[in-house]
Amino acid sequence: MKGREDRLSATTFEDLAMPLFDQLYNFARWLTQDTAEAEDLVQETYAKALRGFSSFRPGTNFRAWMYRILRNSFLSSRTGLKTMVAIDEEGVDEVLPAGNETPETILIVQADKETVQRGLEELPVPLREILLLCEVEEMSYQEISETLAIPIGTVMSRLFRARKALRGLLQQAAQPSGRQPRASHGGRDGS
Amino acid sequence: MEADQWREKLDQYLDGELPPAEAAALAVHLRACPGCTAEALERTHLKLALRNAGKRYQPSSRLRNKIAGSVAAKSGSRFSWQHFGWQWRLASLAALALVFATVWINSYLGRQRAAEQRVYSELADLHVAALAATTPVDVLSTDRHTVKPWFQGKIPFTFNLPELQGTNFTLLGGRVTYLEQTPGAQLIYQIRKHNISVFIFPERGTEAARLVSGAGNEMSFNIESWTRNDLRYFVIGDVSSDDIKALSKLLRDAG
Repeated sequence: MKGREDRLSATTFEDLAMPLFDQLYNFARWLTQDTAEAEDLVQETYAKALRGFSSFRPGTNFRAWMYRILRNSFLSSRTGLKTMVAIDEEGVDEVLPAGNETPETILIVQADKETVQRGLEELPVPLREILLLCEVEEMSYQEISETLAIPIGTVMSRLFRARKALRGLLQQAAQPSGRQPRASHGGRDGS
Repeated sequence: MEADQWREKLDQYLDGELPPAEAAALAVHLRACPGCTAEALERTHLKLALRNAGKRYQPSSRLRNKIAGSVAAKSGSRFSWQHFGWQWRLASLAALALVFATVWINSYLGRQRAAEQRVYSELADLHVAALAATTPVDVLSTDRHTVKPWFQGKIPFTFNLPELQGTNFTLLGGRVTYLEQTPGAQLIYQIRKHNISVFIFPERGTEAARLVSGAGNEMSFNIESWTRNDLRYFVIGDVSSDDIKALSKLLRDAG
């Protein structure tokens, strides 16, 4: 009987987990900034999740559970330990350019895709990951809170800081004297 | 509420996290406040740009197959083709088809052999029973022009008999017989004192009709069989297969 339950739960796991594969990989790749590490991380995530699936409580958010496993695995990896600096919710602003609140910011958000991607890469991992969860994975604050194991208030304040920091980076890239490696291309596609 | 206070709630509003009542009030404010509307537009642009830029990396199919395979393997109850490349899938399908075909052919041939055995055995019995009878034939004549008309009205078909002049075969006569409840003709020929039975049955309606034509033997009798004009012919006797073939050729040629 137990064997049957194990098979059943493993089958259910497959049905729930495999549709998340692409997005989990994308997230892992953004965290690690390395293909091989991202592949290892996703494999480790699936292995851990399958082993621990019996502890998953039905009715709770499976997606958030999977992302939490992936993120915790990343945190315990060598790259994760190096990059995932402790977040001082009040101190993030000090390491990042401040967002400009002038109407020029409208130009910034029209920056091309590569510029936005470079901006995301430059963000510290805690700010990068929360932006990805909110904007790319379209998670609710509640889901982000479950994934990152932080209160909803912290989700909101960290999101605010992440957006502000990204705006600052994009604005900097848009300035002719700013650090824009491919400025000569001037590639703005308005996307 | 002042514009600055509304602006603080813009992110929540655009993230769909503002309670419905507040969201409705903010929507009303946006229609009246160009500054907040411009800000909302900029933040919406940023959200869209991030969504677009964030979907950046695609996993390799190798990784997908590897993980799908290990997950499916642990699920135990489900077979996944994703373990295998297309060559293996094709090869597996071909092998499976071959196995099915082999089983089907063996089964078909087995059934065919069994049917053949049954029919040949019955014909051998009919041949022996006729020879053992007090009157082996019902029409006793060496003349084919006597024997052939005798069958008229007794069997539901007609047939031709060969001219035997210049051969070692002699026609002894004929009788009506039955194979699998189907009436047919039995003709008895003789060569060097050996008797040979020629059986003729309509091809439709009997298992015998589905037999493969050719030579065979049953209990040391040699047998030859063929079909012609919707009739199934059997030639059976204790003579050599050459004699059986010779008589068969005469019958075939007679059409």
